[in-house]
Amino acid sequence: MSALTAQLPGLQVVIPLLGAVLAAFIRRGALAWGWAALITATTPVVAFALLVQVWTSGPISYHLGGWPPPIGIEYRVDLLNAFVLVLVSLVSAIMMPYARRSVAHEIDGDKQAWFYCMYLLCLTGLLGITITGDAFNAFVFLEISSLSSYVLIAMGRDRRALVAAYQYLIIGTIGATFYVIGVGLLYLVTGSLNFADIALRLGEASALYQRPVLAGLAFLFVGISLKLALFPLHVWLPNAYAYAPSFATAFLAATATKVAIYLLLRVIFSIYGVALDLKSLPISAVLYPLSIAAMFIASILAVYETNLKRMLAYSSVAQIGYITLGIALMNQAGLTGGIVHLFNHALIKGALFLALGAIVYRAGTVKLDNLGGVGRTMPLTCAAFVVAGMSLMGVPGTAGFISKYYLIVGALNAGMWPIAFLIVASSLIALVYIGRAVEVAYFRPVSSAVAHAKDPPLMMLVPLLVLAFASVYFGIDTELSAGVAGRVAEILLSGIKVGGAN
Amino acid sequence: MESFKSLFDHYNYVVTIVLMVAGLYIVIARGNMIKKLIGLMLFQTSVYLLYIAPGKVIGGTPPVLDAKFTVYSNPLPHVLILTAIVVGVATIALGLALVTRIHEAYGTIEEDEIFARDEQE
Repeated sequence: MSALTAQLPGLQVVIPLLGAVLAAFIRRGALAWGWAALITATTPVVAFALLVQVWTSGPISYHLGGWPPPIGIEYRVDLLNAFVLVLVSLVSAIMMPYARRSVAHEIDGDKQAWFYCMYLLCLTGLLGITITGDAFNAFVFLEISSLSSYVLIAMGRDRRALVAAYQYLIIGTIGATFYVIGVGLLYLVTGSLNFADIALRLGEASALYQRPVLAGLAFLFVGISLKLALFPLHVWLPNAYAYAPSFATAFLAATATKVAIYLLLRVIFSIYGVALDLKSLPISAVLYPLSIAAMFIASILAVYETNLKRMLAYSSVAQIGYITLGIALMNQAGLTGGIVHLFNHALIKGALFLALGAIVYRAGTVKLDNLGGVGRTMPLTCAAFVVAGMSLMGVPGTAGFISKYYLIVGALNAGMWPIAFLIVASSLIALVYIGRAVEVAYFRPVSSAVAHAKDPPLMMLVPLLVLAFASVYFGIDTELSAGVAGRVAEILLSGIKVGGAN
Repeated sequence: MESFKSLFDHYNYVVTIVLMVAGLYIVIARGNMIKKLIGLMLFQTSVYLLYIAPGKVIGGTPPVLDAKFTVYSNPLPHVLILTAIVVGVATIALGLALVTRIHEAYGTIEEDEIFARDEQE
């Protein structure tokens, strides 16, 4: 048993990777789904085991092929990435039962197995980025997850899915290439690719080569920001989410951007923060205006959107603004708020997109005008949508409230009360766009498109209800979300170099 | 004169940057989807140079262990870029496959014409 425990970091990535390869040999869609569900189900077990191990006995260092770092590739699990691993794997595992009917409805029979193969590859890439301690290895996993997500998006029924996937491919590749340029510059000045080792050597290197070090930060920052859809680098996201198959949208919205945010946290706090004084770098100065612009402009765009999937996609851009705002605050409460919102938003958006997927399954449309009265014909689905929507707004008692509470406390602690005010004001815009959907769903006469619709089969309904329940549950019991996030923020902030004192 | 000298001393970086900017410019400025992919390839290739050129140690031999030599070039960038090339090939292949499908679905690969057709719907 202990031999197995020692291999857990490797297994976290190897199981879904081998699973993806084997899924490619399966022809029947139902069988491929069963296989993918089985593989996905193992990943949260491994992730939880890692989290417990890290929580009780500190960070784990796993040497691939027995080569010690910094020469070999190291998988390094600390509380931050164990937390993200649990999030990504758990949300995927909860969503998996949903995939069977939804994918069978939206994708041709002979392509379903390939869909699950790509899904598993994407999961592999996301888990790999999160677990690795090597900058170049992270790039390879980034491309594994990106390439497979382009395919997932392109499998949407609408021909616009192809164009959305192509645009995402162009922008995603530019982002990944910027990331490699940044890593290359860091490699040139430090001679290392291991995150921890770069951090150790960077202080000395930046005294000698100040400009490449700063240029490296700029490239890494822009590259990762393209991936996490930081406003105004988000243009690929609305179409990609709108035209992808329902399950792919829910999966990517809940996991892919979150992993990119994790990578940004890693670069800012575990590399640059350790070696240089973060206050002397213009990170917050860039993140504040962009985050606030995202919170307002993307929310307002969501209000004017009539396609519900696009509306939620814009809302995702806005919510990412809250997370990056938490990063920009760089104090205990603010960073806790950012990280806990990363967790809560994954649950909330997962639930919302699954609800839309259920509506697509029964009514075949997500155009707001066609969905009048859907709340009466699909009561449970719409109830879940409303509950998750309330959490998105940050109604007290829901998970979204916890995130916003910490962010506001963080803003006040930083002495920036206008930002605290802006957080509340932008939440009211969420009330408008969610409220508009609720108005159509419950207070309009039943339209022809949804007249014969009913709640989806149990296999689709249960994951949706579980995620909607979770988006409320984590507003009451905050042990796993805010508790761990607070500890993570503490560790990240204690590691960084503070101006003046070393 | 001094800045000219440093420019020529670092001509490999100059080439890298020219390729990088040219590639990125093509991606942004061209509406033809194949041309965009060509620009993207150029952009990625410039990064290969960024990594590989500094791996050469002046006076160093290829990194094969031999008693006669003491100075070796750094082999690690080559290995990294081998991986990056594979990733680049996969990206372009997928991009071309998507363009083929787009051409089947729309009958054109010009971005503005595609947007115009989507607008009409």
